Amino acid sequence: MSHKVTIPIGPYHSLQEEPEFYQLTVDGETVTDIDVRIGYVHRGIEKVAESKSFDKIIFLVERICGICSTSHPMASVLAMEDVSGVEVPDRAQYIRTIVCELERIHSHLLWIGLAGHFLGYNTVWMWAWKYREIVCDIFEAITGNRQNYGMMKIGGVRRDIEDEYLPGIMKGMDDVLRALDMFKGAVLDDPVLAARLKGVGILSKADALSYSALGPTSRASGVDKDVRRDDPYAAYDRVKWNVITQKDGDVFAKAVVRILESYESVSIVKQCLQKMQKGPIDSDPKELPEGEGIGHAEAPRGEVFHYVKSDGTNSPERYKVRAPTFMNFPTFKATVIGETISDATIILAAIDPCYCCTERMTVVNRKDKKTILTGEDMIKMSQDKTRRMYKRMTGKELA
Amino acid sequence: MSIKMKALLKSPWVFHLCSGSCNNCDIEILDCLTPRYDIERFGMLLVGSVRHADVLLCTGVVNKLGESRVKRVYQQAPKPCVVVAVGNCAASQHIYRGSYAVGKPLDEVIPVDVYIPGCPPKPEAIILGVVKLLEKLKKG
Ligand code: SF4
Repeated sequence: MSHKVTIPIGPYHSLQEEPEFYQLTVDGETVTDIDVRIGYVHRGIEKVAESKSFDKIIFLVERICGICSTSHPMASVLAMEDVSGVEVPDRAQYIRTIVCELERIHSHLLWIGLAGHFLGYNTVWMWAWKYREIVCDIFEAITGNRQNYGMMKIGGVRRDIEDEYLPGIMKGMDDVLRALDMFKGAVLDDPVLAARLKGVGILSKADALSYSALGPTSRASGVDKDVRRDDPYAAYDRVKWNVITQKDGDVFAKAVVRILESYESVSIVKQCLQKMQKGPIDSDPKELPEGEGIGHAEAPRGEVFHYVKSDGTNSPERYKVRAPTFMNFPTFKATVIGETISDATIILAAIDPCYCCTERMTVVNRKDKKTILTGEDMIKMSQDKTRRMYKRMTGKELA
Repeated sequence: MSIKMKALLKSPWVFHLCSGSCNNCDIEILDCLTPRYDIERFGMLLVGSVRHADVLLCTGVVNKLGESRVKRVYQQAPKPCVVVAVGNCAASQHIYRGSYAVGKPLDEVIPVDVYIPGCPPKPEAIILGVVKLLEKLKKG
């Protein structure tokens, strides 16, 4: 006999940091379907961007997401530099790389902590967040803020890293390395965690490719892609590092990828600090010509993509952002269904979802009071649009 | 001082309500719980249900979708309940003011007792804000 029950989780659920609304359909213990409703943190950033000047947009996109708060500005300045073709000084490239990699370390440690929390393993949470403070301190020293660093600028960076800080950063990185060693031992060799995470929520390579998963979510499934290597920006082509991949695609593999990636990040930061030469940090461009530009950067969760269209004035005509969670979200359909309800939370957490990045759409002011669109609605809208364009271009109705 | 108030001041339980923040303020709130800041030494505890809460820590601009829900959450909290607006977003709508998705500011949706500015406010600032609030309540 089958008993289908729908379990609502959210929108303001204590386990979640951000408001989102899951509906899990379960049959006994097994999840048979999942539906996600988001939109509780939609802030209309793309539209707000159109009313801000280019300088301010960098601050605005920084506030898309607090955890990737340097990946978004990074992609944003890359897009704007793509429009203007301005050269970025060497030292600025290294500083950008350092800030991006420090962010990756803090984000991965944060994830390890939250994953432990979701598993009911609060010791891991407290540890991970304790060692994350080292990175936050470095940020506070070199950028002035623990989060939302405000370092990026078109044509360079806003602040230089003073020489006095270098030994402190080096020592901080060594401390992080020791913490990572401990995590590698404590988390990866722990029999309980292995039993809990191995073989759970498997995303096969084929699924990862067909869903276009990004970042650690795809790399844990054996898809070898990383913007930092495939289309190097900042100083990633001047330092030695490896792209970490795993084959299994389960939650454990995702944890392994994140821990090993943090090691690479530490090594990148150290190399940058050593290679950095004295010099200017900013080429200080004064205006942005007309044109379109794209920029993409590898955030801790995957590729962020920014598009900007400038009409020669000081604010953009169109600004578009695509965050990695947008692509990683649908993989839930492949990973959660068929698993038990107790594993669902950790599988949902395994892609390190970031809703505040993803929430890009909401419908306001519709006559039928419907504020959420379903997949069918969207397909219909898309088909309607094709029809309209066809008619405009050819003067005929589409068959 | 009522017995309820006395109990509240002794160990205020906080509930964290995020409605359209960029996540940083939320992380800093969680950070307050971790070993370095450890607000549990003041008797504060992050609780899972709003029905157990004495203090609501609100972060983020309230967007149109969340507005009625934020109100509902506040109504569910047992009174007396003090509301703290953490971060510029909750205090003044920050950079999003004027956006089509953002409705009324938080203090027009629910009554706010304390504002903690900052983007994000440091954990020290959050702790200071809450402690100051408690002192004020103690004085009456
Ligand atoms: S105040 Fe700043 S850090 Fe806090 S939610 Fe708003 S944008 Fe994010």
